[in-house]
Amino acid sequence: MSETNVIELKNVTKRFGEVVANDNVNLTLRKGEILSILGENGSGKTTLMNMLSGIYFPDEGSIRVWGKDVLIQSPRDAFDLKIGMIHQHFKLIDILTAAENIILGLDGPMRLNMKEVTTKINELTGKYGFDLNPAQKIYSMSVSQKQTVEIVKVLYRGADILILDEPTAVLTPQETDKLFNVLRSMRDNGKSIIIITHKLNEVLEISDRVSVLRKGKYIGTVDTCEATQESLTEMMVGEKVSLDIDRSNPENVERRIEVRGLNVRNNEGYHVLKDISFTANAGEILGIAGISGNGQKELLEAIGGLQTIESGEILYYTKHDNNVIEKLHQMSAGDIFDLGIRLSFVPEDRLGMGLVGSMDITDNMMIRSYNKSRGLFTDRKVPYNLAAEVVDKLDVVTPSLETPVRRLSGGNVQKVLVGREIASAPRVLMVAYPVRGLDINSSYAIYNLLNEQKRAGACVMCVGEDLDVLLSLCDRILVLSGGRVSGIVNARTATKEEVGLLMTGGKENS
Amino acid sequence: MPVIITFIQRAVGQGVAILFGATGEIMTEKSGNLNLGIPGIMYMGGVAGLLGAFFYEKSAKTPNPIAGMLISILCCLLCSLLGGLIYTFLTVTLRANQNVVGLALTTFGTGFGNFFGGSISKMAGGVGQISVKTTASAFRARIPGLSGIPVVGELLFHYGFLTYLSVILALICTYFLKRTRSGLHLVAVGESPATADSAGINVPVYKYAATLAGSMIAGLGGLYFVMEYLGGTWSNNGFGDRGWLAVALVILALWNPANAIWGSLVFGALYIIYIYIPGLSRAQQELCKMLPYVVTIVVLIFTSRRNKPENQPPASLGLSYFREER
Amino acid sequence: MDKHSKKSAGRTVIHMEKRDSISRSKAWMIRGAAVLLSLLVCAIVIIAITKQNPLEVYAGIVSGAVGTRRRIWVTVRETVVLLIIAVGLVPAFRMKFWNIGAEGQILMGGAASAAVMIYAANKLPLPLAILVILAASCAAGVLWGVIPAFFKAYFNTNETLFTLMMNYVATQIINYLICIWENPKGSNTVGVINSKTRAGWFPKIFGSEYCLSVFIVILVTVLVTIYMNYSKHGYELAVVGESTDTARYAGINVKKVILRTMCLSGAICGLAGALIVAGASHTISTSTAGGRGFTAIIVAWMSKFNPAAMVAVSVFLVFMQQGSIQIATQFGLNENASDIITGILLFFLIGCEFFVNYKLTVYREEA
Repeated sequence: MSETNVIELKNVTKRFGEVVANDNVNLTLRKGEILSILGENGSGKTTLMNMLSGIYFPDEGSIRVWGKDVLIQSPRDAFDLKIGMIHQHFKLIDILTAAENIILGLDGPMRLNMKEVTTKINELTGKYGFDLNPAQKIYSMSVSQKQTVEIVKVLYRGADILILDEPTAVLTPQETDKLFNVLRSMRDNGKSIIIITHKLNEVLEISDRVSVLRKGKYIGTVDTCEATQESLTEMMVGEKVSLDIDRSNPENVERRIEVRGLNVRNNEGYHVLKDISFTANAGEILGIAGISGNGQKELLEAIGGLQTIESGEILYYTKHDNNVIEKLHQMSAGDIFDLGIRLSFVPEDRLGMGLVGSMDITDNMMIRSYNKSRGLFTDRKVPYNLAAEVVDKLDVVTPSLETPVRRLSGGNVQKVLVGREIASAPRVLMVAYPVRGLDINSSYAIYNLLNEQKRAGACVMCVGEDLDVLLSLCDRILVLSGGRVSGIVNARTATKEEVGLLMTGGKENS
Repeated sequence: MPVIITFIQRAVGQGVAILFGATGEIMTEKSGNLNLGIPGIMYMGGVAGLLGAFFYEKSAKTPNPIAGMLISILCCLLCSLLGGLIYTFLTVTLRANQNVVGLALTTFGTGFGNFFGGSISKMAGGVGQISVKTTASAFRARIPGLSGIPVVGELLFHYGFLTYLSVILALICTYFLKRTRSGLHLVAVGESPATADSAGINVPVYKYAATLAGSMIAGLGGLYFVMEYLGGTWSNNGFGDRGWLAVALVILALWNPANAIWGSLVFGALYIIYIYIPGLSRAQQELCKMLPYVVTIVVLIFTSRRNKPENQPPASLGLSYFREER
Repeated sequence: MDKHSKKSAGRTVIHMEKRDSISRSKAWMIRGAAVLLSLLVCAIVIIAITKQNPLEVYAGIVSGAVGTRRRIWVTVRETVVLLIIAVGLVPAFRMKFWNIGAEGQILMGGAASAAVMIYAANKLPLPLAILVILAASCAAGVLWGVIPAFFKAYFNTNETLFTLMMNYVATQIINYLICIWENPKGSNTVGVINSKTRAGWFPKIFGSEYCLSVFIVILVTVLVTIYMNYSKHGYELAVVGESTDTARYAGINVKKVILRTMCLSGAICGLAGALIVAGASHTISTSTAGGRGFTAIIVAWMSKFNPAAMVAVSVFLVFMQQGSIQIATQFGLNENASDIITGILLFFLIGCEFFVNYKLTVYREEA
């Protein structure tokens, strides 16, 4: 009966334009349980949960909460239904204290009685075993402390259903253990909890049941005690789909980039790359797999001269036989270019780093090469011709070469960027999520371009999220997990499960 | 001793207008609006108060000081409100650039003040002829008895009521920002409107309310200058750069109105210290007068080197906010 | 709109939407409408004050701006000065560096010109003296522009507030110089410098002493337009303004670009000071800049850095200012009326950009 089901989703469908983010999803959450929602990136987990927290509204299907059909139109409606969501990106005001953040936006008497608030917070933290000082300012907190504030904020508002979106992505193993203890204690106090994740070991450790989504579709729900890493991986990734990508055998393979013991910290001081060592060869495509946010972005930026490197070496071999070696780890992007090293990079953030949105295609063609011509003035003839060529060759749909690239569709923006980066006949080509947001035809056009570069003798590194694609496109795949290399596999023989397991750090734990 | 007492009295006299302006600007900036129109609004507030008093005294047979005072305060508040309304409508509702609107408002407000101030001077018979002595007497009234006490009375009770009001307002604003629910919400709006919005706080309402209230407080600074400092008369551009000093004081006060109280005293003192340093030539005196600005620049540089996040400008200062449509 | 988002029935809803693009003619129609509306409001204000026939008032404005040869030249002079300041601000604004310190940079440039006129111009041949004046004023502007740029580049100090404060430091420096250069003694003004020898004054060309200024401004405008659109420097600063991440990706040294661009911006604003002091007033006072540093910000911003639009906006504003100065004398008002008129015009021009960028649709929501 539905008394024990606090949430029931029936045939919920959500579309964004042409894209179906959730397709006929059914889901139930029982009172006093921890339910994991498992799926790869882009499988629709967060979209589904956003419909429970009032951020999106479903196109079809019904939502029952506490046994009643409901319309959740705003975060406030969700609050009223005692649903609280803890997003991946915290919504906290840095200069305020934990307590002030917790009561932010609540109605009440004009005069703030922080003593009363503090008492109430301490009651909550004591009850569930949180470690939180209500008077501490957010800016002096660690990520896990900030997360605690977010959870307490939701509890303070009386939530009985908690949804946590990838809560462990930013935590250390010790902090994760702490969080799980708190979640268990909340469950034992009658709260119902949904946790979105893609880490198998955590699913098995924390949850009572697991629901799996794949590419927006609901696959099924199993009791955790009956599941194994292998069975869950299979549900999550599905069977291997063979793609029609024309993969040639590597020719004239020689060492081009060698990374030795690379360590990088990001601006916030997190250790994002730990002891990375690998070799990337000319004439082959090295895939880089991993759950997003596991160091892929920083790795490519480090090679491209855009990251401050804490320790380690990045070596560039000009020619194998006479061993001319350049030390890329000591150079900025400008230095690398000035040395004449043809290192091309298609960054993940296309309009924030790779291109200038307000400039036209011609001007964007010369971002990395404007300084190559002599004299004070920019030469726009060459970039103009290049722009025309790229537009023509890659079928970029644009009103004109003078259109700001911001106005182009995502696929066309990507073609402009990739077209520019391969135009210099690169010796090293790094691409991050090259087909994100692109339709099938554009995607294949990009795959073919990468293969062309490989045949031309470039060292291609490709960060991707679709394992089917990486397995059909690459020669070898390097897997990152938690900022470390968790394995390098042969893409021709590896299975999807194998890579999936490496991505989720499965091997470390099993 | 008497020199020190008059020095302090004069420093306070200089500081009050700046304090009103700074308190108003702090409230405004706390909502994320950098209102560079504050100097113009102070002109508008000052001249409106003068106009109100002038026409009242002209029409009444025997003008009552208290009535004149109330009328001039009301006119001052309404006119400053109008200035603030122009700013908020353009920046919040029409999403125009805050710097551009603020500077245009200062051009407008300064012209507005000088135009009407100059015009009624002329009506009254020539430059400096306008005088609303009756009303001004209410503004300049001291507390009888207390102001007569030697030293203490001269230091603390030698001022009109607006002086005390400026201090009280600054304290109230600090209390509001630190101890009330709406104050907390306002700080959140200025720091991160997106976060405030998602917490259910009505961002535009807070931006409007804070900026309008701030404008009215700043307008009182103009009124103080006209009524108490000048004694109910007008001199074109007489208010000078005090409006910008108020904007500078916001930085010195680290966005805390209570700090602005002593800060205004420091600015007031720096503004007139040249008179009290013996042996300065006139040229050196002029160099002395740049001290408030130099001090502000030094403070600005030091705070930008990030000692404490609380001392930074509100994080969203100068940016317009609108919720992205989903 | 989302069919689920209603609560009550039959409300009138204004839906606001950012435009993807707008045709040029439509954008200019909106701006034209704003200008007309602002003129209408100005007319109402003027009538309320003067109680005159509005047509007569506008005739007075036209005659004040271009009624005589002399007035035409004054209008031209004021226009080019406003224009060159706006042009000087363009590189900084393109880099998203809020240089609101043009007032100070102009004053410092003016002070440098006055110093050369007082101390050196009598000893130099006129062409050389003029060159020294121009160079000195640029150098002074650079100094005033590069200080905040340095702190922005290295400490990320808020440049809006910094440049604003620099204006008043400059004002006090002028007050200091007035004391030193006071002429005649006790007047508290510098008086007309070299009124007998005319040393360092811009010479008459083609029958007007303002012609040289016009040439300089045209030259600077053309050069800056070329610099912004065709030079590597112009390209670099545009990339820095758009995103520092992209700039790093492109191998651009961001700090260097910030310093260099503010040197240029300060130099041109300083040059404007020379045009005012050596080219027009032949004296210096704290009102030498006269708020034009602020008005120019609005000109540059509203024109979206387009030189032709900057010319148009400058002409329009100066025309109205000069015209309202005329009607102020004609109807016995004081000259500050022109600031009120300018303010009203600016409010409308600033506000209308919203309607260029956003589309409003009003509809009634069904139950």
